[in-house]
Amino acid sequence: MKSNISYVRKQDAPILPPPINQVGIIGWLWRNGISSMTNFSSIANSAQSLAMIAISFIILYLGITGIWTLIDFAFIQAIWSDEDELKRLACATTLQGGSLPEEWFGACWPYIGAKAKLLVYGMYDIEEIWRVNITYLILILGISWIVIGGLPFKFQVGIFLLTVYPIIAFILLTGGGLDIEYSTLILLLIFSFCSSLLCFLSSKRFLGEVIFSLYSILNTVRYLLIYLTTVTILFSLDLGLVTVETEKWGGLLVTLVVAITGIVASLPLGVLLALGRRSSMPAIRVLCVVFIEFWRGVPLITVLFMASFMLPLFLPEGSDVNKLLRALIGVTLFSSAYMAEVIRGGLQAIPTGQYEASSALGLSYYQTSRLIVLPQALVLVIPGIVNTFIGLFKDTTLVLIISLFDLLGMIQSTFADPTWSTPVQSLTGYLAVACMFWVILFSMSRYSMFMEKKLRYEH
Amino acid sequence: MYSSGVKKSDLSESLLYNPKIRSISFQLIALVLVFSALFILRNNTLVNLDAQGKSLGFGFLKDTSGFSILPTFGTWAMNYQVGVSTYLDVFFVGILNTTVVALMGILAATIVGFTIGIFRLSNNFILKTFASIFVEIFRNIPLLLWLFIFYFAVLRNLPAKRDAVFLSETVGLNITGLYAPAPLLQAGFLYVVLALMVSLVAAVFISNWAKKRFLATGKKIPGGWISLAIVFILPIIVFYALGKPLAWEYPIFKSDGPILRRGFQSGVGMMIVPEMIAVWAALSLYTAAYIAEIVRSGILAVSYGQTEASFALGLRPSATLRLVIIPQAMRVIVPPLTSQYLNLIKNSSLAVAIAYPELVSTFGGTALNQVGKEVEMIFMLMCVYLTFSILTSMFMNWFNSRMKLEER
Repeated sequence: MKSNISYVRKQDAPILPPPINQVGIIGWLWRNGISSMTNFSSIANSAQSLAMIAISFIILYLGITGIWTLIDFAFIQAIWSDEDELKRLACATTLQGGSLPEEWFGACWPYIGAKAKLLVYGMYDIEEIWRVNITYLILILGISWIVIGGLPFKFQVGIFLLTVYPIIAFILLTGGGLDIEYSTLILLLIFSFCSSLLCFLSSKRFLGEVIFSLYSILNTVRYLLIYLTTVTILFSLDLGLVTVETEKWGGLLVTLVVAITGIVASLPLGVLLALGRRSSMPAIRVLCVVFIEFWRGVPLITVLFMASFMLPLFLPEGSDVNKLLRALIGVTLFSSAYMAEVIRGGLQAIPTGQYEASSALGLSYYQTSRLIVLPQALVLVIPGIVNTFIGLFKDTTLVLIISLFDLLGMIQSTFADPTWSTPVQSLTGYLAVACMFWVILFSMSRYSMFMEKKLRYEH
Repeated sequence: MYSSGVKKSDLSESLLYNPKIRSISFQLIALVLVFSALFILRNNTLVNLDAQGKSLGFGFLKDTSGFSILPTFGTWAMNYQVGVSTYLDVFFVGILNTTVVALMGILAATIVGFTIGIFRLSNNFILKTFASIFVEIFRNIPLLLWLFIFYFAVLRNLPAKRDAVFLSETVGLNITGLYAPAPLLQAGFLYVVLALMVSLVAAVFISNWAKKRFLATGKKIPGGWISLAIVFILPIIVFYALGKPLAWEYPIFKSDGPILRRGFQSGVGMMIVPEMIAVWAALSLYTAAYIAEIVRSGILAVSYGQTEASFALGLRPSATLRLVIIPQAMRVIVPPLTSQYLNLIKNSSLAVAIAYPELVSTFGGTALNQVGKEVEMIFMLMCVYLTFSILTSMFMNWFNSRMKLEER
């Protein structure tokens, strides 16, 4: 028997449009708020919805007022130019001797324009500013090379920024030509030559097993000595650049110098401390733990106090340490402890199999660390390093307490200038500096998030 | 044969490559290096101090201090007086002021941080955007700048000393500070405090008993509500039974009379200095931004499967939140939260920049400049902060061991 009744649909059901509250603007509004405000199905839900409506409107009101006040202050009411060189009178109301209406309340941007050089370079000699500009330029080029995706030689550029760039920056910024005694130089040269010779001979097993067993350590010492000697020679060369004392540095320059030196110098220290903290040798582990926990347990201000008051006491009599250098030493020790913890996180993420495989291949502890573990761990902790840098960048503002003038210290010191003194002076200054910090820090934090995501998906 | 080929030099080789001997010699070298460095530093310090005509010692703590400190909780609690109190008192005033601002900051930062963190996860566009803007603004501007903004740009623009804005009948604000009624404890208030303590103990006892009974019999008693009621009702009853042993001293504001006598009268009511308000606001909002991120990631770390499973078991949304999500999220939230609290305590030292008299600014600032005992005083400062951080990490270890996942 054949039946022509079909139990299964022969044509597709017509495709209906999605419900109106799921798509378009209405759908978006529904999903992003309306749904939580319009649920009146029970008493509890209604109470929740009403509370939601109230909170939303209060916050909307506060937010819009806040943003409007800011826009009004920074753009609409703001004074943009001071063509007649009126200085403070350009931003003063009639009550204060100026020509603006009494209820005027806006930013005084000409003031920031007049202080821009101070904010970016400090009191750096005006005819030598090209040197700072070149330093900034190399930094920007190097960092953008690393950050922009798809460019070759990223690793090499990174190494350049970590090893060669600090030397260039030092020579350009200070002028080089350090007063280094010939005896020190010759001693360094002899040391590096001897260590190289020792290395070569021991690698050929000419000096017996004792020295050969220390070959890997000797090799590191040799490279360090050669680097140190080169740096010393370069620093003592007189390149004809005028010396600019660090007392004249200020503003963004000091902020960048402190933050970047802190991070670059703390990287090797942090690696050593992290390896030491994970070492199987109890004495070394305890030393590292004590060092790390000590610096992590105290606030940076006490570290800076210590650096500025106690460092001169620690050094042999008669040696004088520059104020900026003192701060740099304090900041480096402080950040190396944080760096060590970040790197330790990376070391812990390396699976035990890697260690086992490398010892199965007969690699020593030193070779395992250098060739297998650290290359993997350091890439893993890039986001952590960037986060440490962000923290350090914010913490550099504290150097104003030991009277070094970073970005914040500089704007704070310009408030004493009576030629620009108006009620809006400090607000304008803080707003400008806050914007500079915000842009730099926000972009760094976004980069760190991007790297985190990238590293997560590459695995 | 291998054994016949062994040379004499293999003995030294085996010693050289013996991991134990290598490790011991490395450790010895490291220890010798570190201790000789410390020894050299110590010697240098002694020589340098000698050259400056100073000596080490804590005798200066008994000397009377010669500078005044802003009236704050610390000066009130230590009864600080110039020329009478010692430098040890200055030290304790500093510790007390640090503790007060840190505790208030922790309280406010936790409340604001949890609120903002939950807002960030809400599906309400307005709340979500507001929370994101809050977090990004407060996190990406240095704390010291916030401190300056709150202190110099906001609080310095308040009405002058002879004028005020009133927040309510009895609470007023001007450039010299926030004036509020001060509680005056009278005889018998001790009993109210005692009643409060008794009711707290009772509350803990009742809620434990209720929980035990619930686990044993499945019968529910609203133990939480009962203990809450006890905590509030018992002290209130005692308070009224004793005839309200608490009076308020209201600040007095004069808007007429001789010009120099106008404004708030000093010494009447409670006064909170603007420095304190600025430090508190900056610290708590800055830390709140970090706490918000911690809360958000903690809640996101609990996978949605947990919610679905608990719905499938028939738990209502509120019970799901209370019994399933929050306990698991807290396990992720608490360790970074404690380190944020520790950061807040350490960051309170920034108050030195606006001269709020906390530890670093009183003891490490003014007192250090007067006494000039750098080594001892910075050592004492660091010890205080190290104690705070050791206590925090001890709490963290205790919490971690308590909250560890019990796998069966």
